[in-house]
Amino acid sequence: MALSRQIFDTVIVGGGGSGLRAALQLAEAGHHVAVFSKVFPTRSHTVAAQGGIGASLGNMQEDHWLWHMYDTIKGSDYLGDQDAIEFMCRKAAEVVYELEHFGMPFDRNPDGTIYQRPFGGHSQNFGERPVQRACAAADRTGHAMLHTLYQRNVRAHCQFFVEWMALDLIRDYEGVVVGIVALEMETGEVVIFQAKSTILATGGAGRIYHSSTNAFINTGDGLGMAARAGVPLEDMEFWQFHPTGVAGAGVLITEGVRGEGGILLNSEGERFMERYAPTMKDLASRDVVSRGIDQEIKEGRGVGPEKDHVLLKLDHLGAEVINKRLPGIREIALKFANVDPIREPIPVVPTCHYQMGGIPTNYYGQVVAPRGALGSSEVIPGLYAIGECACVSVHGANRLGTNSLLDLLVFGKSAGDHLCQWLKSNPQHRDLPHDAADRSMERLSRLDSAQSGENITEVAQAMRRTVQHHAGVFRTGPLLREGVEKIREVAQRARNTAIKDKSRVFNTARIEALELENLVIVAEATLVAAEARTESRGAQAREDFKDRDDKNWLKHSLWYLEGSRLDYKPVNLQPLTVESFEPKVRVY
Amino acid sequence: MKFSIYRYNPEKDDKPYMQDYEVELQHSDRMLLDAILRIKAMDDSLGLRKSCREGVCGSDGMNINGKNGLACITPLKDLKEPVILRPLPGLPVIRDLIVDMSQFFKQYHSIKPYLVNDNPPPQKERLQSPEDREELNGLYECVLCACCSTSCPSFWWNPDKFVGPAALLQAYRFIADTRDDATSERLDNLEDPYRLFRCHTIMNCADVCPKGLNPTEAIGKIKEQMVKRMV
Repeated sequence: MALSRQIFDTVIVGGGGSGLRAALQLAEAGHHVAVFSKVFPTRSHTVAAQGGIGASLGNMQEDHWLWHMYDTIKGSDYLGDQDAIEFMCRKAAEVVYELEHFGMPFDRNPDGTIYQRPFGGHSQNFGERPVQRACAAADRTGHAMLHTLYQRNVRAHCQFFVEWMALDLIRDYEGVVVGIVALEMETGEVVIFQAKSTILATGGAGRIYHSSTNAFINTGDGLGMAARAGVPLEDMEFWQFHPTGVAGAGVLITEGVRGEGGILLNSEGERFMERYAPTMKDLASRDVVSRGIDQEIKEGRGVGPEKDHVLLKLDHLGAEVINKRLPGIREIALKFANVDPIREPIPVVPTCHYQMGGIPTNYYGQVVAPRGALGSSEVIPGLYAIGECACVSVHGANRLGTNSLLDLLVFGKSAGDHLCQWLKSNPQHRDLPHDAADRSMERLSRLDSAQSGENITEVAQAMRRTVQHHAGVFRTGPLLREGVEKIREVAQRARNTAIKDKSRVFNTARIEALELENLVIVAEATLVAAEARTESRGAQAREDFKDRDDKNWLKHSLWYLEGSRLDYKPVNLQPLTVESFEPKVRVY
Repeated sequence: MKFSIYRYNPEKDDKPYMQDYEVELQHSDRMLLDAILRIKAMDDSLGLRKSCREGVCGSDGMNINGKNGLACITPLKDLKEPVILRPLPGLPVIRDLIVDMSQFFKQYHSIKPYLVNDNPPPQKERLQSPEDREELNGLYECVLCACCSTSCPSFWWNPDKFVGPAALLQAYRFIADTRDDATSERLDNLEDPYRLFRCHTIMNCADVCPKGLNPTEAIGKIKEQMVKRMV
């Protein structure tokens, strides 16, 4: 049966912050653009971001984009590419002001300017003291930003395909990406979308972990699509553990709590971060704070009957500050931890939160991959990736809080701008290859025909437990090696799943089976890359290799699905206009 | 724990029916969504929407023991058994607990849910006092879950003509924003026997809102502004 086909200038897979920002740029320029989303766009995971958007507006104290750049590079443990980091930090004020002009309900200072709060790892004058750089809308910044961007897209008459799941990229015989194959959830229909360019903006895959702040939809669909199409995944060993997920529930408690003055306490009531980070204390960067907490727990100073978490105390901020600046946190603490933070501390534990790695791109959002034996990176024509699914790399081995929302805005806009130019010089659609939909149809027909096989829920659980146990905050060689073996077994099982429900209309079992195929790809990339990297850097903490090893490991990993093979490429230490920040010992 | 859940698959069912389930809960199951996912693990054909599981994305609105709410922030301990789950009322059912929200979003789009200000923006941010910004509290936090609109009898009867509480709350969000210049057009857009005035202050909307917002109050303020501009 021939599939129906639709044609666009650009298709964007994902309707979160970066996808919407790119869509806006293209739609306002009059391009024929379609945004695909598994959920209504305002339900995308950007909605859950709480604390703020990093930008050196200097509304509270003196600030400078160069200081922001330094903090980001240091935060990345020198694995971030300095050209992209300069690009992002210089553009930050512009994209935040634009968002304000779009209607974003930022909190305000008495002089009417945007309110900014302190956040982890952000400092004045190259690490001297904390600075207020996070532009905030209470503790619902992501919600306010996502709705504002959606609203602006409504104004621009952008076309949305809501509750559609993209299945695979289409690459022609020269390797050019010429569109996607997508599934409409409501009808089960599969359609080919031919496009001059495709942007992947599918977010992270934090659901590979058992304990995660991520939404159910964060299943790494764009990463799976890219990997199946032969594109490598970069730096997948680096996963951020947010220091403060609600113990037991995993729900995020923003770093903004500590920005507003909240502190972490162990079972002895000690403010232990003073020992791990004498200057920045509770506002050190996230990898440092998460390791601090895990160390306290390992040494028996955890709280609770199982001594398995610590406490986040904020009652000393007073009811007024909590109700005004952190109302959503109070709501979450009451609902998920059964405590009122105006009176009691919140039980918290490091929880998987953010994927630093992803699809390799340059700062225009173009996907780049090594070509030939020379190892030089070349652009994959027609393919862009932005937001958490991309690895520019501005976050390196550890992302600073507030830089994720900034990343979405800067690189969403940058990709949109670049495409507006690119479409001028590439006005024609290329022909679709004859096998355009074959891979997707094979995946679907396997699920439709399998009468017996592995249960989706059980395989997903095995995957999450494996990643959680073998690639957690602290890692060791033997643990990782065992993890690689186990995850390969899980990947094998994921290829043999069966769903009982074969119906077409809104078949969520089928969607979950397809998502699981993407998740296990990400999980395998994570374990393989983590096992190979015999050093500690940022979020990768190896107990058997405790130090950073710049001589051997100041490089990005690239994992290929075919053969589960690793390759590497150098870190770009050369910024655009300023002098390079040479790697040095990281102290907070 | 015992559940009775509305089931309908248009491909095989002539009409909807209620299906009973009994599920053993684990210690970590705190919210209704946790229990539903245990049921879904046994019966993969059960259809529902879900995403953030913390009450900010608005996906899992449903009718829970007769009252609309979000499954992910409805504590299990507060629920009487058997827990009766139905799709949000008043919208066409696609399958099981999944409703067709087109009409709901059409009404949201009809109020022009974006800031209108045709003056060239300044180089930096537009200034707004903290007091003016506070006017947006209780408005901008809406998650578009549709719990309110689908609990409103006026919306059930005229979903195509009455804007409904959720979209009216957003209409007021822009009217209340000192940066927005289109108040007069926004009021014109709502001055109609149905669009705004079908609200009979039954207050179901405020009663069910999972985020504790009060659309009735916002609707009252829109009406006030209409009266004000007439005199």
